Order: sequence, then structure tokens, then C-alpha cells
Amino acid sequence: MNIVVLVKQVPDTATERKLSAADSTLDRASADGVINELDEYAIEEGLRLKEAHGGEVTILTMGPDQASDSIRKALSMGADKAVHLVDDALHGSDAVQTSYALAQVLKKIGFDLAVLGSESTDARTGVLAAALAERLGVPQLSLASKVEIDGSTVRIQRITDYGYDRVEGSLPAVLSVVEKINEPRYPSFKGIMAAKKKPVEKLSLADAGIDPALVGLAGATTQVVDFADAPPREAGTVVKDEGDGGAKLAEFLAAKKFV
Amino acid sequence: MSDAPGYGLADEHESLRRAVREFARAEVAPVIGDYYERAAFPYDIVAKMGAMGLFGLPFPEEYGGMGGDYFALCLALEELARVDSSVAITLEAGVSLGAMPVYRFGTEEQRGRWLPDLCAGTRLGAFGLTEPGGGTDAGATRTTARLDGGQWVIDGTKVFITNSGTDITALVTVTAVTGRGPEGRPEISAIVVPSGTPGFTVGQKYSKVGWSASDTNELVFADCRVPADHLLGERGRGYAQFLRTLDEGRVAIAALSVGLAQGCVDECLRYSAERTAFGRAIGGYQAIQFKIADMEARAHTARLAYYDAAARMLAGLPFKKEAAIAKLVASNAAMDNARDATQVFGGYGFMNEFPVGRFYRDAKILEIGEGTSEVQRMLIARELGVGPEGSRAS
Ligand SMILES: Cc1cc2nc3c(=O)[nH]c(=O)nc-3n(C[C@H](O)[C@H](O)[C@H](O)COP(=O)(O)OP(=O)(O)OC[C@H]3O[C@@H](n4cnc5c(N)ncnc54)[C@H](O)[C@@H]3O)c2cc1C
Repeated sequence: MNIVVLVKQVPDTATERKLSAADSTLDRASADGVINELDEYAIEEGLRLKEAHGGEVTILTMGPDQASDSIRKALSMGADKAVHLVDDALHGSDAVQTSYALAQVLKKIGFDLAVLGSESTDARTGVLAAALAERLGVPQLSLASKVEIDGSTVRIQRITDYGYDRVEGSLPAVLSVVEKINEPRYPSFKGIMAAKKKPVEKLSLADAGIDPALVGLAGATTQVVDFADAPPREAGTVVKDEGDGGAKLAEFLAAKKFV
Repeated sequence: MSDAPGYGLADEHESLRRAVREFARAEVAPVIGDYYERAAFPYDIVAKMGAMGLFGLPFPEEYGGMGGDYFALCLALEELARVDSSVAITLEAGVSLGAMPVYRFGTEEQRGRWLPDLCAGTRLGAFGLTEPGGGTDAGATRTTARLDGGQWVIDGTKVFITNSGTDITALVTVTAVTGRGPEGRPEISAIVVPSGTPGFTVGQKYSKVGWSASDTNELVFADCRVPADHLLGERGRGYAQFLRTLDEGRVAIAALSVGLAQGCVDECLRYSAERTAFGRAIGGYQAIQFKIADMEARAHTARLAYYDAAARMLAGLPFKKEAAIAKLVASNAAMDNARDATQVFGGYGFMNEFPVGRFYRDAKILEIGEGTSEVQRMLIARELGVGPEGSRAS
């Protein structure tokens, strides 16, 4: 099975993250880049599916040069090879444009199953899986907490507020995962050494057949108009129990329309 | 940034360091306090360390190892100890004392029999040298082993043996007197005793000042019989063999010490920015700044010392003196930093629930285990040729 895992490099959520004042895009120099957390689960799931069914795991990343760190890590976890879509013209692309660019690459390299995290910790739009499936004309199996593959049928448990749905589709497909699905492995030293020799193919827009007019900040369909720091958290309300604590709590909750 | 030592590490070493750093933060930090409080062995964490290949780091792939080197092990120990020393010493003892002698001195058959499980971390190895009557004076070993009908019969007691009594302990390599030389000097050999061998009992579990989540036991051997082929290395070479084991182990303990020293800096950086007194963060006071600056200087220089010793070891150069220096200064740095970090934390530093409280309790043993600081000074002086016979260097 030809499994492609989409991996995005994002600023480390453990450090302070900033937007650049110049064009309201992410200031990538201000924080360390790491693999988007949910994408680690996607990599792990890709590896497990390969271990169970055979085939190959390819990492697909769109991002600037420094994203190669994240690609290396994904390879050291056990992926076989990587494709890195890197081009200055991609800077500032929004979710719609990104889905176009990545779909072009997926068409070019081919896939049976494209796996990705259900959202990224930076932009948090959570629409990429759906947009990719639409552009590629294949089923989308989203928010998977469990995956089974049987021939060309994919069955998942899709988490919901009330439990889970069972969803079934056929390959080729796009699969997005949630963190319940597995526990990602840490790279071993053997994996780290092996990763040094694994092929990483760099693609420019031209290589991937991407129309430059359809990507980049200038043509983005959404725009960050303004941004500000989150306001500091206000002090909470302390309810003192003077025999009527229960009633006061109920009043408070009722005032906020919780009860 | 304090997160990135740099020093021009090779890519693969730097990647490993980062992976272990992430592991320690995500898998060890949130849960270790509870194990420590209960003095319980962290089987779950050890299993995850095994899955990540840490126990196989310096061993060739043919035995289930990772094909790395001893320096890779040191980096892993440093990053683990930056968060917690109990898990770090479990790895150190498992690899450097448990598996390494089997790899270095074992026959092909012995390696094949024991190394795969030890490399996978599914089983642990231990090394029993210290006895109730003394650890420093290893030549005074009392434990005996004699050949009887194709078996070694072992009698004696070992104390303070790390990793020797867990549910997953596979074996303990013990040093024992197997005869007398011409002038009555004891002939010391190393013999592998698998866990569960009749006559081998794991005695009391100690109540320790620190390293509470690591396993340390007294071992009693009474008419304990193992096959003759459990002799590790040459008969009569047990003493020489463990000296080599200890030279390497010193570099590993130095790395572990640097981790603890750096962990103190990490904690103080965070706390001194958050904690306020008299209307400002305590990090604004020079008294605190200087403490942290000293702590960083100690961690940094101690790291250089162990990097140097490890580099010489890997290059096949003599490294006895450098290993002793690294262990001496690094354990010292750990002790000093733990004391200062506790001071920076004030009363909270004395609470077990804060990492610095654990660092304080875990630091002292570093000046004792695998050769006391006095021993390190003796070794350095000896290498310099200082002694009753006068200086070799002059
Ligand atoms: C938690 C823990 C784990 C351990 N794990 C292991 C293990 O896995 N395997 C193992 O074999 N051992 C282990 N040990 C034992 C440890 O290595 C010894 O405690 C250490 O080597 C010191 O030996 P000792 O305790 O007998 O002290 P002693 O040798 O009695 O020394 C007492 C004091 O005298 C000093 N001294 C001794 N001789 C001289 C001299 N000639 N000149 C100057 N000063 C001297 C020492 O430096 C020390 O200060 C462990 C110990 C602890 C506490």
C-alpha cells in the first residue's frame, strides 16, 4: 500500500508564538519548528498500517527550508522517503490554496491512502482533509480514533461528542486522525542513522505543476486583518459559603445561562 | 537557548539528544514524582525507554542494539537526568554495568544468549561488586566461587546492587574469589548469575535518601550453583575487567551528573521568573542571578569534561584520568547546583513534589557510586605520578 503522510512544521506550542507585524503571517524565526502534534499520530498510524499491510510510507511536507528538520524526524521514526514542496511563492498561502498545492503533489506522486492530523496547532482551520478529498475526488474519513483496512475497504471509528460513528470508504482515500488513535513512537538511534540515507525529493511549484497565480499571500482567499495579544485572564469570582453557598453557586450559573 | 547544548554535535547525536529530551519531558516528568514518592520501580517508563532503543544504544545491531556508541548513551543519560535521576541510573546500570561486560568479555554464545533481551530493555542486567565489608577496596572481595562437578558454587553477600531485584532482572554479574595466586593474592573472576537461580536471594529493599524510584538491593548467595560456562571473560581477570567497566561507567555517571546540574538550571530559570518577592520577580535580584550564573558555569564546564573523556574513549586513547576528572567535577557540580537550586526555590525547594527537592536528594550519591570522589582524586594523582615514589612527570 502506498501511504502518504502529510506533515506540517509548526512553531513549538511550548514556546511563545508570534505573528509578523509586516504581513500578519506566522513569524517562523521567533519559535522552534516542530512536527504538528497530531501529525505525529498520523505518522505513527501510517507506519502501523505499513507494518500490518506492507507497502511504503512517504512523508509529504509543504513548508520553508527549515521544515526539513521535521521531515528528518519523520524519516527517523520509520517513514521510507519524503517529498518536500518548497518554494518562496508559497509564503502566506491560506487553507484553500494549501489544499490546492498539496492535492497537485498528491496527484503527481500517487497514493492509496493520504493520512494527516485532523488539525494543526498553529492555524487550526481543520479543513485540509476535507478540502483535499474534494479536490482529489476521493472519500474523506475524518477524525479517526481507529482504522482498519480490509482489501480496498477502510473502516474507521470517527469520534463524536456522544461516542463514535463507524464510517467506511474505499481506497484511495484521505484519512484524518485524532490523538486517541495511537501513541506515537520516539525515534530510535538506529532510525536516526537510517534516516540520513533516506531520499528527500524537493519540488518547486513548477516541478509539482502548481500554478503560481493560485498560491501565495497576494491571492489568498482569506486575510488576517488585525491581531492582538490575548487579554490577560481576569480574576475569578470567589463564592464564600456562609450557609448559602449552594444557592449562590446556582444563581451564578443561572446568570451565565449554564443552568 | 538552554535547550540546545550545541558544541558541534554530529547530526545523529543531536537528533538523539532531542528525542530523549522530548521523551523525558513528555513521558517521565509528568509521572515520576508519584513513583518516587511511593519508592516504586517505574516499569512503564522503562518499557518505553526500551521501545525507544535506549538500552541498546552502544551495542551492534546483530545483538539487538542500535549501532550507536558510548557517547550516544551519555547524551541520553544527561537528558534523562535533566528530568529525573532514578530512570537515568536504571539505564546507566542496565547498559554500562549490566550489558556492557557481557558484550565486552562474553563469548559469542553468551552474547547471543543474554544481549538481545538486555538491549531491548525487556530484561535488565546488574553488576555486583560491592560487599558489606567495602566497595572501594574491591580487592578485598569475600564472596567465593568454586568449581564443583561442572558448576560454580557461589557463596557470599553483595550490597547496594542497582537493578538486581526487579521483576524484569535477567542476571547479575558478580565478582568472586575463585582461587589464590602464588603469593596468596586472591584470584577474582566475574560470573553471571541468572535471576531465579536457587541459592540466590534478593534481600531487603533499602530505604534510600535519593534515587527512590530505582531498584537497589542486598543479594545473598548461599550454595548458589550456575553452569561452568557462566564464567564471564577469563578466570582470574574479573578485577581487571571491572576496572575497565568502571572507567567507562565514570564517564556515564559524569553525564548523568551534568544532567542533574542542568536540570537545576532549567528549574531555576523558570521559577526565578515566576516567583515574586518584595514586588518583583526574584530573578531580578543579583543574589539569585549570580547563583544561576554559577550553576550554569558548573554545568557547562562539567559537560565539556565528560565530552572530552568520551571523545578520548571513542578515539581509543587513554582516558582514565579524564574520566576521573569528569566524574569528580560533574558530581561536584550536581551537588553544588542542587544545593543552590533548593535555595532559589526557598521552602518549596524542600518539598518532594518539586523536582529540585528530588535533585537535592539524588545528588549526593553521585559523589559516592562507581568510585567515590576520593577514589577519583587518587586516580588523577596516580595518573600524574604523584605518590611516595615521587612525581613521574618531573
Ligand atoms: C544507590 C546505590 C547504588 C549502588 N549500585 C551499585 C551497583 O550496582 N553495583 C555495585 O557493585 N555497587 C553499587 N553501589 C556501591 C557503591 O559503588 C559503593 O558504595 C562505593 O563504591 C563506596 O563503597 P563503600 O560504600 O563500601 O564505601 P567505603 O569503601 O567503605 O568508603 C568509605 C569512605 O572511605 C573513603 N576511602 C576508602 N578507601 C580510601 C582510600 N584508600 N583513601 C582515601 N579514602 C578512602 C571513601 O572514599 C569513602 O569516603 C551502589 C551504592 C549506592 C548507594
